[in-house]
Amino acid sequence: MNALAATPLVEGSVLPVIFMALMGVSLLLYVVLDGYDLGVGLLTAVAPEADRDRMVASIGPFWDANETWLVLAVGLLLIAFPKAQGVVLTALYAPVVLMLLGLILRGAAFDFRAKGDPAHKRWWDAAFAGGSALAALAQGWMLGRYVTGFDDGAGARVFAAGIALALTACYALLGAGWLLIKTEGELQRRAVVWARRVWPAVIAGLVLVSVASPCLSGTVRARWFELPGIIALAPLPLTAVLALAALRGLLNSHRVLGKLCWAPFALMVVVLTLSFFGLSYSLYPFVVIDRITLWQAAAADESLRFLLVGAVLTLPVILAYSLFSYRVFKGKVRALAY
Amino acid sequence: MDPFILARMQFALNITFHILFPTITIALGWVVLFMLWRWRRTGEAAWLAAYQFWTKVFALSFALGVVSGVTMSFQFGTNWPGFMERAGNIAGPLLGYEVLTAFFLEAGFLGIMLFGRERVSPRLHFIATATVAFGTTLSAFWILSLNSWMQTPAGYEMRDGVLHAVDWWAVIFNPSFPYRLAHKLLASGLTVAFLLSGLSAWQMLKGVERSETRRVMRLGLTLGAVLIPLQILAGDLHGLNTLKHQPAKIAAMEGIWHTERGAPLLLFALPDEQAKENRLAIGIPRLASLVLKHDAEGEIRGLDEFEGAHPPVKPLFFGFRVMVGMGVLMLAFAWGGWWLFRRSGWRGLPRVWLWGLSLMSFSGWIATVAGWYVTEIGRQPFIVHGLLRTQEVAAHNPGSMVAASLAGYATVYLALLVAYVAAIKRMAEKRPAEAPAHLGPDDPQPGGASHGADIPVISRTFA
Repeated sequence: MNALAATPLVEGSVLPVIFMALMGVSLLLYVVLDGYDLGVGLLTAVAPEADRDRMVASIGPFWDANETWLVLAVGLLLIAFPKAQGVVLTALYAPVVLMLLGLILRGAAFDFRAKGDPAHKRWWDAAFAGGSALAALAQGWMLGRYVTGFDDGAGARVFAAGIALALTACYALLGAGWLLIKTEGELQRRAVVWARRVWPAVIAGLVLVSVASPCLSGTVRARWFELPGIIALAPLPLTAVLALAALRGLLNSHRVLGKLCWAPFALMVVVLTLSFFGLSYSLYPFVVIDRITLWQAAAADESLRFLLVGAVLTLPVILAYSLFSYRVFKGKVRALAY
Repeated sequence: MDPFILARMQFALNITFHILFPTITIALGWVVLFMLWRWRRTGEAAWLAAYQFWTKVFALSFALGVVSGVTMSFQFGTNWPGFMERAGNIAGPLLGYEVLTAFFLEAGFLGIMLFGRERVSPRLHFIATATVAFGTTLSAFWILSLNSWMQTPAGYEMRDGVLHAVDWWAVIFNPSFPYRLAHKLLASGLTVAFLLSGLSAWQMLKGVERSETRRVMRLGLTLGAVLIPLQILAGDLHGLNTLKHQPAKIAAMEGIWHTERGAPLLLFALPDEQAKENRLAIGIPRLASLVLKHDAEGEIRGLDEFEGAHPPVKPLFFGFRVMVGMGVLMLAFAWGGWWLFRRSGWRGLPRVWLWGLSLMSFSGWIATVAGWYVTEIGRQPFIVHGLLRTQEVAAHNPGSMVAASLAGYATVYLALLVAYVAAIKRMAEKRPAEAPAHLGPDDPQPGGASHGADIPVISRTFA
């Protein structure tokens, strides 16, 4: 079924489109920002105990603010698309609960592992790594379910499980990239090893998405293989493949421990950004693929206009002080002396 | 069990757990700012030690507030999808402004506040701390605006069953908002006041007094003594406002089944929802009319006038009494404690008072939760008072799924609550770092029980 042809692309006001873009950007920022700190959380599971404090310290000043992008993204879904949020969130009820439990556990563990009884520290460490893993897997599962329009077939579920692993691998690679930037010595060398190990899983995941998405969805298929579309789309996967190849190459170079320590993280951000645009291109203008367009789901114009004023005024300020905070804490993390 | 009831229980559990932590952070942000300011002004190491200790409590409370707050934003969608569909045009922007103006502000500057003291100038660090305090209060402003709008909606019109905003000013500053905001901010101040004095009392009892303990005790008692009369006044005004806009809620709180003149103030009773009467009622004649109408013969409308549209009586009746009872205890402990502590030259308190204040450490939580139950259950059966029933907006999730997730949340929250109280107790009992005593001239050695707490620059270690 090609529902796309039946949906007029220009419909109603431009406000819902703006809010869709804002929601998308929030989600992308969330995936990159909380992605690296969830990734570091995942990697603490395989790290020696002596390194864990430093790993946690490397994300300590940032994780609260990073998680706020998720609140903004889900907030924008609730606010701007009230007629889609019920469909999306009730269809994703179970993974949402699991993700939230994961986020609660790891967020609490940050503090408790330092402030609680030292005898319980290893339990909090387990909650930290386990919560990170649970949140990452649940987010990937949700993404997979969302892309297939909550299709209940076995194929769609296998696909969602694949995305869950792929996104988790992406986070782990981002986290390793973050550790390359923020740490030095033994831990930094260990991060290179982790990055090398997880790299094939990221590749496998992205291949899975690229092959399975058009198979599962007619809309995506039409989008990708239409004649003008395919030319417009081609640079996205090509650049992503090049970025991932460059990343793997870098991991063999000693410069990744020195001058180029930022590069793997940056390349991973490029890959995620490209995937995001690819995904947006495939889904637009749907909020729920093949079912609800963003105009059908949108809130009243007067409400969106009122909120847009606030968003336009505050988002630049938020970005400015977020960048400022990263500047304050730039450089290698100092062991324990935070 | 009915999935609808389960969904309400789940939301109530989450919001109950959540509110504990903002109730602490809203006021504690300003309190730690005050400690930092005192330290900058006086140079006394004890104020820095106080700042460092209470910043740790702030960080822990903030983290738990964040994670349960994230959960809540999702539960709006998973549990009450109809709320956003029908009222989202108004609720949405208010929530949006909270995230954009307040949540990001707090979270963005928290890192600098907690970990940045050696990386930025003292001035900038002070500004970051002030920004976090301001952000938590601004967050309360937006959330309470929305909550109050759900209680006393204004500035809206209903078109095809969907609410639309016609006057944003009237929406934000709806009739109950100023009262509820004042009541909540004072509640937060009192919660922190009793936490400050309670932990200090515990430290004195356990012989782990530190250089800052007496200062913090004095600060907590003074704060409590000043705020409690203000809270009683704000609570009274809030009650009158509720009587005007939500008379059924008042009738349930007071256990008034039938409209009557000269209604008694019930100190205790067992309301019977079936028989529509109170058993074992002990009351003071005419006092409810006097308090609510400022006239001993004033008429108060009873529940019989709101058949089918009034909240359940028992939770309101008892919740209200728990809240007021806590308020009375707070008044006694804050004024009595302050007076005795002052008389001792701010040196110490009798052991029985120390025990009493220790037991009152979390009294703010009890009063707050009881008060929220009164106001939120008192909104039932509506989600937006008079306009939208809770039943209409509920999701149709399978009961087993809701029950399973409810059990999951309950387990995790209970564990975290125990861990939170245990961690705070541990932190309070821990002797300060081994740093050598460096006491100011006006800083008496507290019974040899403690070292001076001139801890180096580390505000929070991961050791």
